[in-house]
Amino acid sequence: MTTTASLTSAGPPSPTNEQRRPRRAATPLGIWRTLLRSPTTRVGVVILSIHLLVALISPWIAPYSATALDPANLYGAPSWGHPFGADQYGRDVLTRVMLGGRLALMISLSASLLAVLVGGLLGIWLGYVGGLLDEVVMRLVDATLALPGLLLLLTIITVFGGGWRVILGSLGLLYVQRIIRIVRAATLDVVPRDFITAARARGERATTIVWRELLPNVRDLLLVEFAIRASWSVVAVSGLAFLGFGVPPTTPDWGLMIAENRQALAYAPWCTLYPVLAISSLVIGFNLAIDGVAKALGLDRMHGAPQ
Amino acid sequence: MIQLILRRLVGAVITLWFISLLVFTLTEILPGDVATALLGREATPTELTSLRAELGLERPAYVRYGEWLSGALRGDLGLSLARETPILPLVLIRLRNTALLAAVTVLFSVPLALALGMLAGLLRDRLPDLLISVFTLIGMSLPDYVVGVLLILGISVRLAWLPAVTLVAPDAPLWQFLPNVILPALTMTVGLVAYLVRLLRTNIIDVMTSDYVQMATLKGVPYRRIVLHHALPNALLPALNAITLLIAGLLGGAVIAETLFNYPGLGRLMITAVSERDLPLVQALALVGAAIYISVNLATDLLTLRLNPRLRTQQNL
Repeated sequence: MTTTASLTSAGPPSPTNEQRRPRRAATPLGIWRTLLRSPTTRVGVVILSIHLLVALISPWIAPYSATALDPANLYGAPSWGHPFGADQYGRDVLTRVMLGGRLALMISLSASLLAVLVGGLLGIWLGYVGGLLDEVVMRLVDATLALPGLLLLLTIITVFGGGWRVILGSLGLLYVQRIIRIVRAATLDVVPRDFITAARARGERATTIVWRELLPNVRDLLLVEFAIRASWSVVAVSGLAFLGFGVPPTTPDWGLMIAENRQALAYAPWCTLYPVLAISSLVIGFNLAIDGVAKALGLDRMHGAPQ
Repeated sequence: MIQLILRRLVGAVITLWFISLLVFTLTEILPGDVATALLGREATPTELTSLRAELGLERPAYVRYGEWLSGALRGDLGLSLARETPILPLVLIRLRNTALLAAVTVLFSVPLALALGMLAGLLRDRLPDLLISVFTLIGMSLPDYVVGVLLILGISVRLAWLPAVTLVAPDAPLWQFLPNVILPALTMTVGLVAYLVRLLRTNIIDVMTSDYVQMATLKGVPYRRIVLHHALPNALLPALNAITLLIAGLLGGAVIAETLFNYPGLGRLMITAVSERDLPLVQALALVGAAIYISVNLATDLLTLRLNPRLRTQQNL
């Protein structure tokens, strides 16, 4: 394959299949090594680690209180005392940027974990067992997928009141349907294989087959799904805050900070630009890491449907 | 073929009916109803009872569902609570504005994505591909509101080329939106192009390394012809699905971009409806959104069927 391609002068060099889909390293350590071999993935992992670290320890290292007002320093420009400047109430922007990712990260990681656990198990079960339950649940999933997701989210949040529990629950609910669909399809690919037939012939119970035969086969997919949902929900949670839904108005949150301060873009851009940098770098880190993980596991990230 | 189309049509109608049932049930389950929304928190129980009697809310749910559904079929989606006007004209005018936004977005993004995606896929791992990869990574990672804010800062504030806020009435003639539609459209273009370029690049690389392209190369087919006649159609077909799904998403309401630029489309109407707890309007928007999604999906499937002869014989489609 490679030699034929390099003979043709007009075409670009064609890779071998091995280059396109790296062989899967079987152990977690092996995957980790494959992962870190790529420099872009390393950058992604470093960015993500920094963000997680800051989110974890920021309450102890933030220089000021996130809600301390300073009437003498409204829209204060960046200075030694306030390296990122101050916002419309004189609150320290550096402090608020450091604290601003905590809620979004916490909600998005837990919502994605919830969705992957519930959706993954349900998807495998439906794909394996099939029957009337499968029919009914998939109808329901298809119908809810057609509804505008954000409208659903906003309605739930308005009716049940904001707060992180409601946001977490509704985001998880929104993602569960998509994960059920993807995992069920992947399971349907595995079910006809010989080792499943063998397990059935051995008289294994359905739960055993789901846990020991099917789950390990869709595990990689679940891992990548988890990472993709997590990066999306960071954007979604901050987007909700940006729209004024969800988090209370004094919470330090990047989306909310951008929404509050964008009127002052012309004369106090630092209030908006630092939260912009923070969320953008976090999502870039996520995407670099996801690309790396997907590649190390031999999965194609672009095969999922767009959000 | 005709049978297949008919079956898809019937399927779409059934799904839509099921969705109407779902939307109605969900709004029934939610705490509070039209009466509590109208009277607010201070309402006394007697006031609530008399208003419910007046609006016919005490009748069984299935009667009200039947009424709502038959109304919706005749194009009567009821009255908006907050505005006390019929919902359908309200939604239609917003849908028109959002459609303009979606059209301009597609006009910006699809040609750009096609060009960049082909370039990246054909010049794989060379300098243009690497540059495009950096662009798509950033474009995919920036949330809509970040792109919008940066556009406002650059184009509205610094350069003062385009207005940051739409001050046109929602029902103004369409051409009056023309300067205002550009920035929200650009906002969505960035993410869309990034996503599509990645998809196209992957597809093109897959096709260009496939056996039949190797075969064509060995036969001595010129490179141009391989790309245009062999690779491109096969790389585009899977992308078509993604493009139309994205269009369905755009039509369903570009909430962030519309809010940021105060553009009077469906997305902003959603925000207003939810904030004002205008239940009938929320129901109508959910139904309209689902109808758009289903019809765009149906159209895509039929188009794919038309373009890909191999699928026509498969019964399970």
